[in-house]
Amino acid sequence: MSTLAELLLNGVALGSVYALIALGFVVVFRATEVVNFAHASLLLAGGYVTAVLHDDIGFWPALLAGVAGAAAVGAAVEFLVMRRYRGSDHSVLAIVTIGVDILLTTELTRRIGTDVLALGDPWGDAVLTLGPLSLAHTRVAAFTAAALLITAFLLAFRYTSWGVAMRAAAESAETAALMGVRLGRVSLGAWAVAGGLAAVAALFLTVFPTPGLERATSLAALKAFPAAILGGLDSTTGALVGGLLVGVTESLATGYQGDLTFLGRGLGDLAPYLVMTAVLLVRPAGLFGTKELARV
Amino acid sequence: MSEAVRDDTATPPGRRPAPAPHRGSAAPIRARTRPYAWAAAAVLALALPFYLDRFWLQAGLFAMAAAIGAIGLTLLTGATGQLSMGHAFFLAIGAYGYCVFAADGSDGLVGLGLPGWLAAVLAVLAAGAAGGLFSPIAGRLHGAYLGIATLALIFIGQHALFNARELTGGFNGRDVPPPTLFGLTFDDSGLVVASVPFGAVEKLWYLGLALLLGCALFARGVLRGRPGRAMNAIRDHRVAAGVMGVPVARHRAAVFVLSSMYAGLAGVLLALVFRRTVPDHFGIALSLEYLAMIVIGGLGSVAGAVLGAFFVSLLPQLLTRYSDALPLVSAPGTGGIAPGEASRYLYGAAVVAVVLFLPGGLVRVAARRRARSRQAPHAAPRPAEER
Repeated sequence: MSTLAELLLNGVALGSVYALIALGFVVVFRATEVVNFAHASLLLAGGYVTAVLHDDIGFWPALLAGVAGAAAVGAAVEFLVMRRYRGSDHSVLAIVTIGVDILLTTELTRRIGTDVLALGDPWGDAVLTLGPLSLAHTRVAAFTAAALLITAFLLAFRYTSWGVAMRAAAESAETAALMGVRLGRVSLGAWAVAGGLAAVAALFLTVFPTPGLERATSLAALKAFPAAILGGLDSTTGALVGGLLVGVTESLATGYQGDLTFLGRGLGDLAPYLVMTAVLLVRPAGLFGTKELARV
Repeated sequence: MSEAVRDDTATPPGRRPAPAPHRGSAAPIRARTRPYAWAAAAVLALALPFYLDRFWLQAGLFAMAAAIGAIGLTLLTGATGQLSMGHAFFLAIGAYGYCVFAADGSDGLVGLGLPGWLAAVLAVLAAGAAGGLFSPIAGRLHGAYLGIATLALIFIGQHALFNARELTGGFNGRDVPPPTLFGLTFDDSGLVVASVPFGAVEKLWYLGLALLLGCALFARGVLRGRPGRAMNAIRDHRVAAGVMGVPVARHRAAVFVLSSMYAGLAGVLLALVFRRTVPDHFGIALSLEYLAMIVIGGLGSVAGAVLGAFFVSLLPQLLTRYSDALPLVSAPGTGGIAPGEASRYLYGAAVVAVVLFLPGGLVRVAARRRARSRQAPHAAPRPAEER
């Protein structure tokens, strides 16, 4: 029983990290209608900056630099690539982000090489014991940070003029532009926010119990895609629910894989995708996604 | 008034023959030279095994296999507008399916010991069946949803490849038995044609050529005919296509199956050239490579898929071969940019550049140049053979 509770707690903490990544993905989609396949490489970029700098300037400044760096990379991608596209087909732009992803991931994995980089976090492998349950400090920190950031983001999305502009642009880009919303800034902001959130997520994906930042980290970041899709691409609530669902499933599948050996090893990495497939079979637009209406 | 109108309408027929000789003279020249160009290309392709060494033949074979896979993907993503990131999964089914059907089980892994050609056909059918199993999703989802749902295939595939050891050999992969066709075994046994020893690659070269030609012609037929129109209609406006009487879900599922069969065939050819299949090869990077191919060549065009496939798969080979002579590129492990990485930079940048600056890809560039040399009155008429 205590194993189950532990696994659930771990899953929620991990899921909140996925929710952070998925949120950035959804923000870009809502603001620009572009599916950002380069999101995993933004995450890798943020993690890499933190990992390289933490020895020289300390952990917290390095984390800030990582967030700023990933936000800058995201903004640069928007400014240098996305904005130059003159057509109107958003699925083509999704393919451009695949090209960007190939470029960024190649550069970052070349720099990382076969190393496993530590991010120099202050939590180490300390464990918090609550009665029969034990939980790593890193997981507690991950959950707290994700909850704070997500709350702050949702408040900003609802109440600041930036949030209003972004929602207006998502509703109808043309009308928003006529009302004086500067669409370029909105999408630039969305990309930067996505990068920043991804950098924070990079920190929590690479701390204890994972060994550190390595090539495979971008594969772990890919799990946020099923999270975003199964929640519904255009729904921030969906991103949160999807993230938690993916985190809990992964944690349970990893925890009980001893009982599920007939399905093979490494089931935890597969679980998010199986859940996503099951959800999409029943609800093709995700749990909270708006069903597409089309006029002919 | 009516007189004048009749005059206006009467003059064009008189005037129309005037530009006709100009256009008419240019087109027949092209039409007359085209068979010669094709014949020259065919002779060149047939003669290459007598002159090239093994390295280049193998590189060419990889490119042919990639071209077959890319044609399949361009039918799905280019012509029907269904983004798929799961192409590598179907390549894996083709490659491993061939091994399972053709191996004789002497290495301790499952093998049915069927003749090579039957094993290849069955492997392609298996890939198609896998695509069909996915059709409840492929027929209903579209755009980014489908793209990410197909991402699941990659991870399911990787999981199966590493865990179903009796079928796949696990991490180390398994050997690919050489096929036999019409009593000819495609291995390095001592066949000598015109004092050139004909090993496995030389023989496979002709097999690859025949397969590629067949696949390209079939895909062109599909695209030019009724199904092609339906596919383009689905891409351009799903609902409108449905209203016009195109069974959208059925077409989508069918194209998905066809595209996975192409991928399966590409996987079979790839396995025959590699002579060993390993699971690591069939990861997400391979899927992205195929997407890069069809974008660089030009979405929805068979010629573009072939062009893009040759570009993307020959680039690393070229860079490896000439890494000494090139600046910035150095052999793997020496600290500089390895050829594999350099080529990934190049095709990643090519994808971005093509979409931003050359909508339509490489084939469109060629078509535009041809149109300009014809000095057609309207800037760039779209040649019919593009779609």
